[in-house]
Amino acid sequence: MIKLEEVKMSAEESGKWGMVIDQDLCTGCQACVAACAMENNISFVGEVDSGYGRSMHWIRIERFWEGEYPEVKMTPQQPMLCQQCGHANCEPVCPAFATVHSEAEKLNLQVYNRCVGTRYCANNCPYQVRAFNWRDYKRPEPLSNQLNPDVTVRRMGVMEKCTFCIQRIHKAQDKAKSEGREVVDGEFTTACAQACPASAIVFGRVDDPESLVSQVARVHGHGVKHLEELGTLPNVTYFKGG
Amino acid sequence: MSDNKHHAGRSHEEHLREKHLMLDPLPRGQMNDMVMESMLAKPTWKFWVIFGFLAFVVVYFLFYKWGVLIAKGQGEAGVMRPDYWGIFLVNTVFWIGISHAGTFISAILRVFRAEFRRPFTRAAELMTTFGLVQAGFSIFMHMGRVWLAYWLMPYPNQRLLWPNLHSPLTWDLLAITTYLLSSTMYLFLPLIPDVAMARDRSTGWRKNLYKILALGFRGTEGEWTHLRNAMNIFAFAIIPVMFSVHTIVSWDFAAATRPGWNSTIFGPYFIVGALHSGMGAAAVVLAVIRGTMKHMKYFVRGEHFDAIGKLMLIISMAWAYFFFNDYMVQWYGGDKWTQQLLHFHEAGPLGWMWFAMLICNVAIPWAILWNPKWRATPWAITAVGLAINVGMWFERYIIIPISVTINRMPFTWRLYQPGIEVPMGIGTLALFILLYMSASKLIPLIPVWEVQEGQMAHELKKFGRETVVSVSELE
Repeated sequence: MIKLEEVKMSAEESGKWGMVIDQDLCTGCQACVAACAMENNISFVGEVDSGYGRSMHWIRIERFWEGEYPEVKMTPQQPMLCQQCGHANCEPVCPAFATVHSEAEKLNLQVYNRCVGTRYCANNCPYQVRAFNWRDYKRPEPLSNQLNPDVTVRRMGVMEKCTFCIQRIHKAQDKAKSEGREVVDGEFTTACAQACPASAIVFGRVDDPESLVSQVARVHGHGVKHLEELGTLPNVTYFKGG
Repeated sequence: MSDNKHHAGRSHEEHLREKHLMLDPLPRGQMNDMVMESMLAKPTWKFWVIFGFLAFVVVYFLFYKWGVLIAKGQGEAGVMRPDYWGIFLVNTVFWIGISHAGTFISAILRVFRAEFRRPFTRAAELMTTFGLVQAGFSIFMHMGRVWLAYWLMPYPNQRLLWPNLHSPLTWDLLAITTYLLSSTMYLFLPLIPDVAMARDRSTGWRKNLYKILALGFRGTEGEWTHLRNAMNIFAFAIIPVMFSVHTIVSWDFAAATRPGWNSTIFGPYFIVGALHSGMGAAAVVLAVIRGTMKHMKYFVRGEHFDAIGKLMLIISMAWAYFFFNDYMVQWYGGDKWTQQLLHFHEAGPLGWMWFAMLICNVAIPWAILWNPKWRATPWAITAVGLAINVGMWFERYIIIPISVTINRMPFTWRLYQPGIEVPMGIGTLALFILLYMSASKLIPLIPVWEVQEGQMAHELKKFGRETVVSVSELE
């Protein structure tokens, strides 16, 4: 019998922070999209560019339907954001090391000030969740007064994407450290999960079996990870038809 | 009877001389003067009109528009999600493809001692260098923050940051830089004896220029030996460089996780495609040189177009083979996204381009180039060359913006509409022609020593009544 070495990639690259999204609960209200834009200082692209596929949201609600008019049946809304892959396609292709993997947080980082704008990472992302700063978009008053001081404002020519609100992760970790304890599950969450009125998005430690996100995943049982067959090891699990 | 035969023999000899440059030698002094005259001929008003127009196009469409692009961002171009890559990269691949014919003609044909190459190796090498300049411009236009392009170079810095050697784009940058440097040196080496010749026959600023370029070449035996050795090394060394460049360009696509791109055959497919467009461009350039410059009808003859035509036909067949192979295996694989993509290629809104590509790259060359008479007709081969270049540009357009329209996230599917890329692409074409026009006035476009060397090696000999072409072995 031929013995193959066990493929260890999966275990080694397993995530730390993860998300479950229940598509049956999602109403498609776009509150997560708005909250994300506020939290992360995302530019306002405007109608024209947005209509031409240049919207810069880090999370988007994908709507699909089945059948032809008038026999149309909506399928559940599908919020799509960076899947924080354990084995990400965007990372090796950047010539400038602007897309790097965080060893500490097990997230895909985007180093804005290292990005030169070749856009290879976005091209190679099977989820198409990266957003490029096609121009320097204006922030009309009074929106320019609500910038989040914890997040860099990006300029034209730079790629950006969902960070799982890494500024919130760091804030919680700093607070816990100063109080001499570990971060407690539910102590903080991402902007999208916080804003979701239906609690369709749950965020937390996927490596902790007692965290809410792990429990939700266990209760549902049959989650789907998108395009898992590509070997990307995504950290977002989707449920629908449950 | 015997008179008749004698006459027929002589006319056969004349026919051979008329047909083949290598059998039709002129005194060396006269030939040198012809090349000098073709270079020094006072430009006509037409030349200046075209020159001025192209200069305007370059300044306005290339440099001014580039300034606009840098100031306002890539939003001026047609790129968006999911078409993050657009015409700038189409043009990059296109110009690198054009540059391949130069190396093919001057290195591969030199190594294989194809005699017909002699009068136009320089014209082809100039295509390589000038084409690579356009490719470089195109790829820098594509960058979101081009002012930071030096970050892609491995230079020592305090933060110990290095380019990512895992990225195909880094390989690409290194390969193209190597190719640009080596092809420029390879252009320069065979130029040395010719600029030395020009130095001895010119005055004023030209004399000073050629003095510098000729590096003090006097034509001693030792100098020729060194030059030959250097050219030999370069001719062999540049062939793998040429193959690596377009293979690595293809890896920018083949290494990506995208339906239609992730193909193992892309390397050779791209090389053959590069040669296809490059040979077509070489034919066009030769026809233009022959039609517009003095004395060029002596140097560039029907036999040269005939030889290029044969190469074009073979390369067209090879391209068709690779295209079919790639298409067939991708289709048979049955991946649902690839199926969507292939269907989108031929039946999508730009399906006409897919068919136009096949007509230009396969149908037109096959229909015309089988005929020796048409092959030897400059305007016919120019038309085929232009058609092939249009077809190959379409091929790159289909591979890049059309193919990235279809990905694994159907929600994002959207068709690319070019913006500022179009005038800027026209600007690179104008700059290519402009550089070529300037070069034709500044350096001898015919490697006259190479032609003379070939003519010395060839001889028409009479054995009894038969005229035979005899060749002496060249060192």
